[in-house]
Amino acid sequence: MDLALSEEQEMLKTMAHDFLTDKLPKTVVKEIEESEEGYSPELWKEVAGLGWMGLAFPEKYGGSDMSFLDLAILLEEMGRACLPGPYFSTVVLGGLSILDIGSEEQKQEYLPKIANGEAIFTLALTEPSASYDAGGIETKATANKDDYIINGTKLFVPDANVADYMLVVARTEAKSKAEEGITIFIVDAKSPGISHTVLKTIANDKLCEVVFDQLKVPKENILGELNQGWQEVQKIIQRAAVAKCCEMVGCIQQALDMTVDYAKERKQYDRPIGSFQVIQHYCADMATDVDGTRLSTYQAAWMLSEGLPCTQEVAIAKAWAGEACQRVMALAHQIHGAIGVTIDHDLQYYTRRAKAAEVSFGDASFYREIVAQEMGL
Amino acid sequence: MDFRLSEEQEKFRQEVREFLEDELKQGLWEPSCDAWIMGHDPEFTKRVSKKGWIGLTWPKENGGQERSFADRLILTEEMLRYGAPAACHWFADRQIGGAIVHYGTEEQKRELLPMILRGEAYVGLGMSEPDAGSDLASLKTKAVEDGDYYVIDGQKTWTSGGGHMNWIYLVARTDPDALKHRGISEFFFETSLPGVSVQPIVDITGGEHFNEVFFENVRIPKKCLIGEKNKGFYQVLNQLDYERSGMERLMANYPLFAALIQYTKETKRNGKPLSQDPLIRSQLAQLKIEFEIGRLHMYRVATIMDEGRAPNWESSMSKAYGTAFEQHLASTAIEILGLYGQLSPQSKWVPMKGMAYHSYLSSKGYSLQAGTSEILKNILALRKLELPTQ
Repeated sequence: MDLALSEEQEMLKTMAHDFLTDKLPKTVVKEIEESEEGYSPELWKEVAGLGWMGLAFPEKYGGSDMSFLDLAILLEEMGRACLPGPYFSTVVLGGLSILDIGSEEQKQEYLPKIANGEAIFTLALTEPSASYDAGGIETKATANKDDYIINGTKLFVPDANVADYMLVVARTEAKSKAEEGITIFIVDAKSPGISHTVLKTIANDKLCEVVFDQLKVPKENILGELNQGWQEVQKIIQRAAVAKCCEMVGCIQQALDMTVDYAKERKQYDRPIGSFQVIQHYCADMATDVDGTRLSTYQAAWMLSEGLPCTQEVAIAKAWAGEACQRVMALAHQIHGAIGVTIDHDLQYYTRRAKAAEVSFGDASFYREIVAQEMGL
Repeated sequence: MDFRLSEEQEKFRQEVREFLEDELKQGLWEPSCDAWIMGHDPEFTKRVSKKGWIGLTWPKENGGQERSFADRLILTEEMLRYGAPAACHWFADRQIGGAIVHYGTEEQKRELLPMILRGEAYVGLGMSEPDAGSDLASLKTKAVEDGDYYVIDGQKTWTSGGGHMNWIYLVARTDPDALKHRGISEFFFETSLPGVSVQPIVDITGGEHFNEVFFENVRIPKKCLIGEKNKGFYQVLNQLDYERSGMERLMANYPLFAALIQYTKETKRNGKPLSQDPLIRSQLAQLKIEFEIGRLHMYRVATIMDEGRAPNWESSMSKAYGTAFEQHLASTAIEILGLYGQLSPQSKWVPMKGMAYHSYLSSKGYSLQAGTSEILKNILALRKLELPTQ
């Protein structure tokens, strides 16, 4: 058992940390958040230039042949820096899904485009039911000669406003079991028949409503197996949940660091507030939550990276992270006092993201039920 | 990064399980909560000793096996999972043997370690006093030099297993004029010496696990001093880090968890097993999540020790976390059992042999022993986060 990062991984972490700290002062984060696109094309190019898009792709697809665990380290630093934009959508939701289940042809077509920063991807999965269960998929794809015609509404689709491609999860056959008859399609997001509306969200990210109206998709754009898509979707959700946990680790680590620094500087009663035991114990509780989240997240990321079955470990990591983040942010605010609830203070970026992350790709209740099943209950 | 245990470690776990299963089959003992600290069974300890499972991590030259702390964690994890009566050797194996290996003279190692390895040293830990709890350095028990002897006078309290001990590891003041942290030394001696008397304290479970220990003009040979005179407080801080690091801080009442899961599967309410009730599923899953997070904390501490570093704030974190889990488990168990949860182990109708009742009461002490959660959080704040003291 070895719970430490390798030397190369430590270097990657430091490099990512330094780069993102340099590029993303919160004034820039704010500017990007408020832009129509929700990302910075210049920064996007730089990130691609660093090889981060294709970090976990094999070299033959333009990648760096590194692992999901290495990607986890990057995601943690992105969470720490509050990187806005479609990195998560493109790489975790799009790229890794194609790498996992795409045909050789699809991999050759799309992965190099992602790796060099040419293509933005996203996943259109959830619908107005806002559920991660198969029963929530009502969008229909009907076979029509060499095409499928897709109709329906997707909600909470990240970065659909700037996406070049979407993976669309749709029902291709009505079956008695909700898990059957579902198929994933790779869709050109600029096709006629797709419209989107950007929703206003707590994290100021670009979650969209996406409406498909007689959208025509060629049959060869099926990703994975016809009617067998749900199993793959579950793997996509699982990977996304772990990736989200990685961002959450970065988020609460930064919130803890900011809070401890503040507690050392801020004086009341002629002494730093961090010298009061009540503040010290709050900080200790935060640190314990951060470490528990880090340990369980990296366990899940490592298992995914190794290709080991990890349904329970992923469920534990995401259920824990979701609630731990809320505890950490609550204490961060309590210790920061009133300054922490001002719009100009950096803390609010973490508060907002932590809350959105809690409900993304399965909340604690969702995963507790999975844990219960894994326990044989 | 590799979260897996090695093949040998998995095999070792299997070996420990088979040993314990076999013991159970023979009906040699019954699984119970707190058996690591309350289950005094000299015969069990002898059988564990024969397997070579005491002193697992010690150097070979001291009779140990130089195995990793992760290996010891595996061993103790299984002992706790099965609720095995390991109290006779637990303290000696966990920290006293290690302290002697670390601080003892060659003569002490030769004389004392084989006895621990044979499972014959039932050690009490003489630390707390009526006026020295968290503030251990305020202790008053004196050890005064007199020729070839130290003469001990004073009183210890909350001494775990005091009723069974035949040896005591004692922290006493050897220099009353020095600053309070700098005048303390450690001693290890037999409790059969004249002047030692033990008085049990009845705890809220009705058990007599805690004790007061009185020392009246007890003459111990000078060779009983462990480590350097007047450096005892610093030695004990290090030992406490080990004392806090173990799996017993997460799994002291694990038999209750296993029994509770089984109970919810077998017990029907409104025609359906309790395990089908969404609220109970959620409660049990939450316990499982908390348990697994705790397990990662514990293994992290072991990997740190295996890197050759003494556990530091990490064992404070794992202990405070783990004992909070144990208390949550006990409390949830009573909640799930509902009215039955209040029945004592001796009562008619009591489910699960009264484990929930016992554990609920007994777990109140978990966050006090070996450093209260508040002291542990102080350690975290000062050592890890480097927050100021003033």
